[in-house]
Amino acid sequence: MAEFLLAAALFVLAMVALGFVRILRGPGDADRMMAAQLIGTGGIGALLLIGAAMGVGPVVDVALTLALLAAFASVAFFKAVTDGQPDDTGAAERE
Amino acid sequence: MSEALNAGLALFVLALAAWMVVARDTFAAVVGFVAYGLLLTLVWVQLHGVDVALTEGAIGGGLTGAMLVAAAARLRRTEAAARAERPGWPTRAAAALLAGGVTAALAVAVLALPVPAPSLAPETAANMGATGVGNPITGVLLAFRAVDTLLETTVVLLALIGVWSLAPDRVWGGRPGPRHRADPNETLAYLARVLPPIGLVVGVYIFWVGADLPGGKFQGASIIAAMWLLAVMAGLSDAPPISRGWLRLALVGGPLVFIAIGAAGVATAGAFLAYPDGLAKLLIKAIEWALLPSLALTLALILAGVPERPAR
Amino acid sequence: MNLADLFTVAAVCAGAFFFLAGSVGLLRFPDALTRLHALTKADNLGLGLVVLGLLPRVDGVLGGLKLVVIWLLALLASAAASQLIARAVKRSEPGA
Repeated sequence: MAEFLLAAALFVLAMVALGFVRILRGPGDADRMMAAQLIGTGGIGALLLIGAAMGVGPVVDVALTLALLAAFASVAFFKAVTDGQPDDTGAAERE
Repeated sequence: MSEALNAGLALFVLALAAWMVVARDTFAAVVGFVAYGLLLTLVWVQLHGVDVALTEGAIGGGLTGAMLVAAAARLRRTEAAARAERPGWPTRAAAALLAGGVTAALAVAVLALPVPAPSLAPETAANMGATGVGNPITGVLLAFRAVDTLLETTVVLLALIGVWSLAPDRVWGGRPGPRHRADPNETLAYLARVLPPIGLVVGVYIFWVGADLPGGKFQGASIIAAMWLLAVMAGLSDAPPISRGWLRLALVGGPLVFIAIGAAGVATAGAFLAYPDGLAKLLIKAIEWALLPSLALTLALILAGVPERPAR
Repeated sequence: MNLADLFTVAAVCAGAFFFLAGSVGLLRFPDALTRLHALTKADNLGLGLVVLGLLPRVDGVLGGLKLVVIWLLALLASAAASQLIARAVKRSEPGA
């Protein structure tokens, strides 16, 4: 069973790597920002599989930390991009 | 299968690192670095360093990522000018030589390590009973090498003073960073309302289990700091003016308790930072409890940045 | 191999399939917004199935609860981040 879980973790990582090849090329900053989101979700999946395969409980706490902070870099990116500009898109959607 | 996973991870990390070095765009390199930090979390788990993985996840995934993204966005205005300036070949050759030399020196140092590596692990394991804590990392950090931890917490404080020293005179003592405004009905404000309560619980939990399992004050403090910064970035909360008395007290409170307990050790146990028999676990927990709020506040204020607005 | 193990294998395989689907989407979709769609939906379903598959292997209710919380937090983070990234995309291409 441990072998299967490690193989699944390797597969998920390979998929993440495949996605990386595309989004790190850009062209926009937003495309690249998705890389952090991709490794967030995929990394948590791989981490949980590895933790279950090794039987190390505390790995779940690492995954919990990653899940909690997964949006953090994207929030900083959004603030940096929209800094000093009026927030028109949000307002336009509601009107 | 574990070997295949290790090989895959190593390949992925190396490829990402190479891409990051080659990337010309600052922002692209920064995003690569954030992903790289998260990937390192997986590497540390595979190396059975769950404590380090937790630190890497909490600091690399949260605080460093946000700091570097903001820095890259700020540098963007000057980036075109910086890139237009191409250094001459002697500068580039010197840079290549320096970088190559450092890499070669590191490689030689790693290859020259004795096998098996010298280790204090057996002694640590044999003496863990005296500390009363179950997690050997916490034991090392707060009992056997407590002086290192004391210096580390002081260094974090010094880093904050370094950040503050960049403030112009007219806003000295004012509030750090810009006042963020966000629509209270939009996604960011929603996230900043839902996540911090959960994050606070998780941060205290990670801190709490640190006595017996991977976790501890640094990891817990960085999670709590990240949650506070989220509320600030969403405009729900504002950074306090750095001249406030309570703020200064909270910043130095943790290290002061640490030093006081350490100094008391001179009288009660015969050495600075020594714990009297039977009281070790209690004192270690007291130090950790005192350090948690100080560290969280220090990390949060380093991220909040240089004072930019007067207190009023 | 007992029933619980069989369930784990089935759910983790299904999860891995969605990770594959997400990455294929990233490679094949033409612009940032559609790629964002592939990233934040398929991968989170994949993670949910992986969590589901690992549930029978945890010891105790608390361990299971933690796994579910991880998935919910990942969902919240993905949903919020995709909104924010999409808004940044919209702002960078006026008229789009």
